[in-house]
Amino acid sequence: MAALTPISRKPVSFYVPTVAAGGAVAGMFVGTAQGSTLLGIVGGALIMAAAAYVLTQIIKAETPGRWGLAILCAVAGFALGGLPAGLIGAAFGWFFGWFSFWLYEGRYRAYLAPYLTPGQVLWHYTFRVICGAILVFLITPIIVVMPLSFNAQDFFTFTPEMLRFDPAGYSIKHYEDFFTNSDWQGALANSVKIAPAATLLSVSFGTLAAIGLSQAHVPFRRAIMAILISPMIVPLIISAAGMYFFYSRIGLQGTYLGVVLAHAALGIPFVIITVTATLVGFDNSLTRAAANMGANPVTTFFRVQMPLILPGVISGGLFAFITSFDEVVVVLFVGSAGQKTLPWQMFTGLREQISPTILAVATILVIISIGLLTVVELLRRRSERLRGMSPG
Amino acid sequence: MKLTKTLLASTALTVAAGMANADGHMASEMTIVSWGGAYSNSQQQAYHNPYMEKTGVNIINDESSAEAVAKLRAMNEAGNVTWDVVDVVAADAIRLCDEGLAMEIDPDEHLAAAPDGTSAEDDFGDLLVSDCFIPQIVYSTTFGYRTDMVGDTPPTSVCAVFDTEAYPGKRALEKRPINNMEWALLCDGVAKEDVYDVLETDEGQQQALDKLATIKDDVIWWSAGADTPQLLADGEIVMGSTYNGRLFSVIEEQNQPVAMLWDAQVFDLDGWIIPAGLSDERKARALDYIYFATDTQRLADQAKYISYGPARASSAPLVSTHAELGIDMAPHMPTDPNNAKNTFLYNYEFWADYRDDIDAKFQAWLAQ
Repeated sequence: MAALTPISRKPVSFYVPTVAAGGAVAGMFVGTAQGSTLLGIVGGALIMAAAAYVLTQIIKAETPGRWGLAILCAVAGFALGGLPAGLIGAAFGWFFGWFSFWLYEGRYRAYLAPYLTPGQVLWHYTFRVICGAILVFLITPIIVVMPLSFNAQDFFTFTPEMLRFDPAGYSIKHYEDFFTNSDWQGALANSVKIAPAATLLSVSFGTLAAIGLSQAHVPFRRAIMAILISPMIVPLIISAAGMYFFYSRIGLQGTYLGVVLAHAALGIPFVIITVTATLVGFDNSLTRAAANMGANPVTTFFRVQMPLILPGVISGGLFAFITSFDEVVVVLFVGSAGQKTLPWQMFTGLREQISPTILAVATILVIISIGLLTVVELLRRRSERLRGMSPG
Repeated sequence: MKLTKTLLASTALTVAAGMANADGHMASEMTIVSWGGAYSNSQQQAYHNPYMEKTGVNIINDESSAEAVAKLRAMNEAGNVTWDVVDVVAADAIRLCDEGLAMEIDPDEHLAAAPDGTSAEDDFGDLLVSDCFIPQIVYSTTFGYRTDMVGDTPPTSVCAVFDTEAYPGKRALEKRPINNMEWALLCDGVAKEDVYDVLETDEGQQQALDKLATIKDDVIWWSAGADTPQLLADGEIVMGSTYNGRLFSVIEEQNQPVAMLWDAQVFDLDGWIIPAGLSDERKARALDYIYFATDTQRLADQAKYISYGPARASSAPLVSTHAELGIDMAPHMPTDPNNAKNTFLYNYEFWADYRDDIDAKFQAWLAQ
């Protein structure tokens, strides 16, 4: 991207206080970790203000200055809290070195439109910082689980060995436990049996329902739609308790079929919603053209309509699959110990024995979920491209 | 030749099938409900595996004991009892028995006598606290503390929990009044034998809550047995109450810097019930399992895997060493004389009468 605005150096009275404010935020975290938040804020502000001034007014060379500050902060961090703190210190130092010069040389305006007021420039960057912070808060709990799953101990604890990056503090024994323990393997087998069967049912019924409900001549379309979508809206515990009593009376409680049917009911709304959305862009004259050329409705569906709405069907199916694969409440009611799924095993494991095997499984599930969602996103893009909604 | 082989094979199969069906009036599959974790594992090793080997029955483990009362009620209402044998604490067993959800058991008819001929009723003695309940283990709720966070004077009395000056830091207590109220009164100067007399009165309950209030800001409330071990391992707390078997695991199996504070430990019982309303086949199977799993040797075997005391008097001398660590298990039993110098026994009658009332007050106090 080419620069839009000529840049000029800024006065000390502007960038030193700004860097100091940034230093105060960083100092707050360091200070809290060391036991005194206030001292951290004040110290961080003073140190970074001084560093910014020295770098820009005395050293003046950006690259050596930036690396110098990074090394200084790394040493300080190492003295305070060992290797991990040293790495964090280095990152802080490198960032503040860059931040000082970025402000000093006015580079922050280079890629913005020249007519923006200072207030608009400030908001431009504040907005991005807020978005980044929200992302960090959403992602951190998931990220924290991953290194913990390699813990050599049987607790959810970052041991001193782990923080020193000592290989003895890490192990893959929890992954081994997952792959060798018959409880976990039984649960995995059940999940792998139940989820695809439930997905198949959801996709078949959901797609048919969506096609039917998209026909203008069907009476009470909205009411039927609302009923079919209701499993998504009604609190799960209520559906689960209702299913428990109903399935008990008709002998489905504690059977695979019962769990599959229950999960299919939960998955159908996802399929209906995604397929209905795809059908909006579907041109009904295509089915009429097919009929005109002698195709019966079944052939028309499989040869004309189905290929065009396939992305919606598949993404709905993936949501249905993840719903069944991650579901714990309904299976606790409708299933019995013979149908124990992975989430159920994780649930009892968390309650009775906090074992990092759960974290290992969680990591594996997160990776599977990321894979599935990536597929959904790629399909969505493909469907947009096919419908001509995006130029890509 | 081929025909002979087929004939031989089918004959062998028929004989084998006939033998397997020798006790054909019993179900060939049973669901046993327990607590999960190390405790279920000890039962698997000591009871389930030998029983499956002996009879060829398939045992399915369900780890739902924490919700046993609610689930049994729901099953009863739905007319679909899917559990055969359920492991519950004594207080739950008493409740289930009162509600008619558990079957009454005659110890002398349904349980094995001790090897020396003592009847089962005498062997279990006072621990038969309900007509439906077959006790299995004696466990205790007691405190563990971080040895590296208490300085040079490790705590010796339960009142250290209320002494935040000598032992600064957080402590973990169970999020319910039972045990906490007793400990609070004991450390507020009430004599041990008067604790329940005082706790019957409104003033006594207030006194206990006031004592707890002195440390309220330093308490992390736990609800699952695994919480306190995790908090101790993290160093989040300086001391915390939990079940003694959990602390044994933290200290001996996980090698954490933690020690036991046995003072004023509260004994409680855990054992089996058989749900009411089973078919005859399943009932016969459940009774057969119970007869096997609660005999003298089996109860002593369980102590090889977990540090809970067997409920039969005749099992105590048979307690041997830990199956993997090889250490002598007797000193780790809550009932060992060195550990049991100052103990409570969970007061079933008192808590049956006052639980709802005190629970409401306790929860209101917590929310303040």
